[in-house]
Amino acid sequence: MGDVTWILISSMLVNNFTLTLFLGLCPFMGVSSKIDTALRLGVADTFVLTMTAVAVWALNTYVLEYFPYLRLISFIVVIASLVQIVEMVIKKTSPVLFRALGIYLPLITTNCAILALAIFQTNRGYTLVQALAFAIGSGAGLTMALLLMASIRVNLEVADIPAFAKGLGLVFIIAGSLSLAFMGFAGLGAAG
Amino acid sequence: MTKHVTTPTQDVLRGIWHENPVLVQALGLCPTLAVTNSVANSLAMSVATFFVLVGSSFLVSSFKRFIPNEVRIATYVLIIATFVTLADMSLEALVPTVHKALGAFVGLIVVNCIILARQEAFAAKHPVGRSVLDAIGSGFGFTITMLIMGSIREVLGAGSFLGYRLFGASFEPWVIFTLPPGGFFTLGFVLLFLAWWQKRQELQAKVRAWPEGVGERKAA
Repeated sequence: MGDVTWILISSMLVNNFTLTLFLGLCPFMGVSSKIDTALRLGVADTFVLTMTAVAVWALNTYVLEYFPYLRLISFIVVIASLVQIVEMVIKKTSPVLFRALGIYLPLITTNCAILALAIFQTNRGYTLVQALAFAIGSGAGLTMALLLMASIRVNLEVADIPAFAKGLGLVFIIAGSLSLAFMGFAGLGAAG
Repeated sequence: MTKHVTTPTQDVLRGIWHENPVLVQALGLCPTLAVTNSVANSLAMSVATFFVLVGSSFLVSSFKRFIPNEVRIATYVLIIATFVTLADMSLEALVPTVHKALGAFVGLIVVNCIILARQEAFAAKHPVGRSVLDAIGSGFGFTITMLIMGSIREVLGAGSFLGYRLFGASFEPWVIFTLPPGGFFTLGFVLLFLAWWQKRQELQAKVRAWPEGVGERKAA
């Protein structure tokens, strides 16, 4: 069980998807200007990550053993259709949640964090439980990074900064500082 | 956007500078930050992305009549994934060390938004030749950005360029630049510099547009 706990903590803090591994940066830069939308994207991401982990595990165990060269292609197809199915199911069962997630759900297909999860999970040969821990940890890490960034950017709105700095450049510098802070977690365990 | 009539030269040049995929459109940020900790890695990643981009643009543009509109994104992604698999296997066979250093990021070219953006915005609506030129332009734009990032980070972070040591033994490497925060900082500073430069150009153009003697009277 210690192994699973470690995967959870590692993927959330030590190897944070956004701030340490640079995954899912496009939405990170795009929708982190409001706390509310950042949280929604985080939740949607975590949801799809968890579903993908299960699907990829099944794919790896039952199908891809025989066709290793089809890995990338089948992953991306599975992710794309999964997002589509999740979207339809949520729309039927919980219109409130569907409205809350809005445009972010379909956009997740091209979020590199999802495909990265599938690739990492395969390379490391995780079991189903480990994969689930990895997905939930990564999702929590992503959400945390998004929330931190959004909270800072909300305050940035009222800050007095030079006109030329009112763009992505400054956001990257802030992300760098956050990433610097997250490097402190690297000491948590050299075992990983 | 398609209403503009452009020449083939413009197709190429646009992607390199005025619509630079990374610096202007903020696409494909993940590889720009993740694998630019050395010039060699940046170069390998750029070559792989360039190949996938040109290949997919060629194929998408050739088959655009047969791709139904409803499933076009899925089709593009499949075509891109095929080329990425090719690139992945070639890299693994030709330069195994580089392939190892790039890790999962070769596979992640599939979800590089630059490639999908070029298919959707250009290759799906234009003839094959023009689409390939457009892909070459964007590919070069990406390569240039990757090389700028890789050079800054390797020179500052390791004191070398392509593995050759640049400074004497007394040089203390600025290690942070090869680590994740350095990637964010480097791209942040490059973007800030470009924004500052653009503002300056606009100001100077404004000054030039003043009537004769306006600036001088103010100075006096």
